[in-house]
Amino acid sequence: KKKKEHSIGNSFFIGGVLCTLTYQNTKQSNLLIIFRSSLLSAAQHLEPNSTIDMALSQLAGRSRSSNLLKTLTAAISLVRPISTDTTPLTIDTSLPFTSHKCDTPSRAVETDPQELLFFFRQMALMRRMEIAADSLYKAKLIRGFCHLYDGQEAVAIGMEAAITKKDSIITAYRDHCTFIGRGGTLPEMFSELMGRQAGCSRGKGGSMHFYKKDSNFYGGHGIVGAQVPLGCGLAFAQKYSKDESVSFALYGDGAANQGQLFEALNIAALWDLPAIFVCENNHYGMGTAEWRAAKSPAYYKRGDYVPGLKIDGMDVLAVKQGCKFAKEYALKNGPIILEMDTYRYHGHSMSDPGSTYRTRDEISGVRQERDPIERVRKLILSHDLATEKELKDIEKEVRKEVDEAISQAKESPMPEPSELYTNVYVKGYGVEAFGPDRKEARAVLP
Amino acid sequence: MASIFQGLGAATVLTPTNSIDSKKFHVSPRRSCSERKARFLVVRSDGSLNMRAHRANKLITNAVATKPDGSVASTSSSKPGHELLLFEALREGLEEEMDRDPSVCVMGEDVGHYGGSYKVTRGLAEKFGDLRVLDTPIAENSFTGMGIGAAMTGLRPVIEGMNMGFLLLAFNQISNNCGMLHYTSGGQFTIPVVIRGPGGVGRQLGAEHSQRLESYFQSIPGIQMVACSTPYNAKGLMKAAIRSENPVILFEHVLLYNLKERIPDEEYICNLEEAEMVRPGEHVTILTYSRMRYHVMQAAKTLVNKGYDPEVIDIRSLKPFDLHTIGNSVKKTHRVLIVEECMRTGGIGASLTAAITENFHDYLDAPILCLSSQDVPTPYAGTLEEWTVVQPAQIVTAVEQLCR
Repeated sequence: KKKKEHSIGNSFFIGGVLCTLTYQNTKQSNLLIIFRSSLLSAAQHLEPNSTIDMALSQLAGRSRSSNLLKTLTAAISLVRPISTDTTPLTIDTSLPFTSHKCDTPSRAVETDPQELLFFFRQMALMRRMEIAADSLYKAKLIRGFCHLYDGQEAVAIGMEAAITKKDSIITAYRDHCTFIGRGGTLPEMFSELMGRQAGCSRGKGGSMHFYKKDSNFYGGHGIVGAQVPLGCGLAFAQKYSKDESVSFALYGDGAANQGQLFEALNIAALWDLPAIFVCENNHYGMGTAEWRAAKSPAYYKRGDYVPGLKIDGMDVLAVKQGCKFAKEYALKNGPIILEMDTYRYHGHSMSDPGSTYRTRDEISGVRQERDPIERVRKLILSHDLATEKELKDIEKEVRKEVDEAISQAKESPMPEPSELYTNVYVKGYGVEAFGPDRKEARAVLP
Repeated sequence: MASIFQGLGAATVLTPTNSIDSKKFHVSPRRSCSERKARFLVVRSDGSLNMRAHRANKLITNAVATKPDGSVASTSSSKPGHELLLFEALREGLEEEMDRDPSVCVMGEDVGHYGGSYKVTRGLAEKFGDLRVLDTPIAENSFTGMGIGAAMTGLRPVIEGMNMGFLLLAFNQISNNCGMLHYTSGGQFTIPVVIRGPGGVGRQLGAEHSQRLESYFQSIPGIQMVACSTPYNAKGLMKAAIRSENPVILFEHVLLYNLKERIPDEEYICNLEEAEMVRPGEHVTILTYSRMRYHVMQAAKTLVNKGYDPEVIDIRSLKPFDLHTIGNSVKKTHRVLIVEECMRTGGIGASLTAAITENFHDYLDAPILCLSSQDVPTPYAGTLEEWTVVQPAQIVTAVEQLCR
């Protein structure tokens, strides 16, 4: 049974006077005293202090004389930023880790309220963003291929939480959320999807070619499995320059049957490259279920001599723990495979309804039981880090942000015709022409 | 001129935000151009100096042979240079570039301890270590991909295919990632790889080991292709290819590795997009590259005896074509013969014919004649193999037919 006692150390920095409030399940009179003092201190200062509001809302939520407190809370609580509380929390992952030829990390994950709320917000953003992309595709503003990541957000977020921007990530075509996780902005993303100039690849890449060099996000690749040797190359360069960072090469359960993957595993293991191979196992390679495509669907064991770890990919804390463990491992010992057991709600891409090879019951079943955002919501609510209303507010905020980004992206113009010829070659020694016959429009050097 | 320099700055690969710590590397000297004494220069074939000349101390023209037997006349004749074989010239170029820039590395099968299957990388592993001269397992797709991934971060790998034909296994990586990443990332990533290896018809090596991949790679957007034919241009093109920010495929030929020539001692590079005038002439332009150059020169001796004056151009740059040099030649002679080792269908000659016809149709007095290898897998038997490639006698006949 969970502890009833919550000691929340809330620090109120009020003009130099430190007021520490310890809240326990106390009597009504104590509540009123605490409330009054915090009310006074809140009234003295114009800036909303998030911790005050949090304490107030907890009081409001818990107290018997809820009406009075709720009204007062409503009067005082202003729009506040994500909680900055960094008291450590330890939460267990939903499932234990299973491993192949290595130790498992502990099930208890260190986190804090700020991080959990950040996870919630980011995942809600990604979910909203992918659904918005769905509607944009149906409105024919996004064309071609559009592979959506909803359901798998925990993998992108959890991985980011465990690493720095110096570590490299490379993934396949389901890259929208990974791009955002790496620091990409929403307008950039939507502009690229709509083929506009303001896109991250200047409108010339499209959905499958998002890149962000300054935060070491290497894309964004359309050919299944081809990014894994590239990921090996990233790890090779990191080993070559000895900069203590790792590379994550993501691929799917469909790509796990590619030969170049096993070649890459051999190469990485041979030279102890700091490469982490992450199989995002959403159980379907386009329309083919994993048991129909792979003799051995235990992808984390497929490395044979390369150790592997199986992680519940719908639990963001498990992903974070697993990736942290993998980074430490890879820096010391060489490659490791992580299998993220995850699920995608949409079909493979927008042209795939997603229901011809699986039942709607299965999809809704997973959504009810394993949805990553719901899991974090329950964690936040059960640990009293925020109220339902606040979480709903976050979701509304996120929706607005996405809508704004879309309208901003819609304003961006289409690329100029001369952009057709830019970036085919890098201008350097002697290269002055395009095409085979040197008579095309010459590019002006920047 | 300022814009050119800015462009140079923009084109450099290693930026401070790159994950490779620039303190640990000697950054490419392009940025510190005022401090560094560059000892080389790129000169265009029309003789105009490239405006970056103020950095150079010495002027070395690129290969313009004036004697019919193809030897190089160097303007700086005070130093006689040194004599070496073509594979040694490649090695010299590679070694100089590896000394100059620590981010240049070599990877391929048997390049390290074995010294390279054609001895191009002999001795480099002892000098630079196992990581910089990397022996890969037999996994072309993945080690080419690995090289490209490393290039995305700023390294400059030289990927060797033991035989060009093996690179067919890496075609996806070369086409989709190597050629296209600069474009699809909107210019964020440059891929300064060099993919090199021997190809061409050798001495009875069999069908699978006698492939000419120029025709397969030529339509990949974003890559450059060059073919070397003499020790002089082998070294020059190797160095230029390594320094280029674009992916370059350097085609060598199995039978040319033991050619001996005297090359200058000074540092020099050859322009990647320029053709080489092997023998100026008046009557007919013969365009060729790689091993066929020697067949053409042999035929040229016969032709000269018969009274013809062929102009022989080694096109060297297979993508993009140097239509400037070729065009000037066509305008002079009005007759073109293309001699190549590629297959007839969809080969380099086919593209070149189309390009010349499109651009210089009015200057042609006769249809362009293209002599290429037969569209057959290369047979093992010696006599049959001889007849798959173009022989000097056929070249002579073709010229006579053209000049009738």
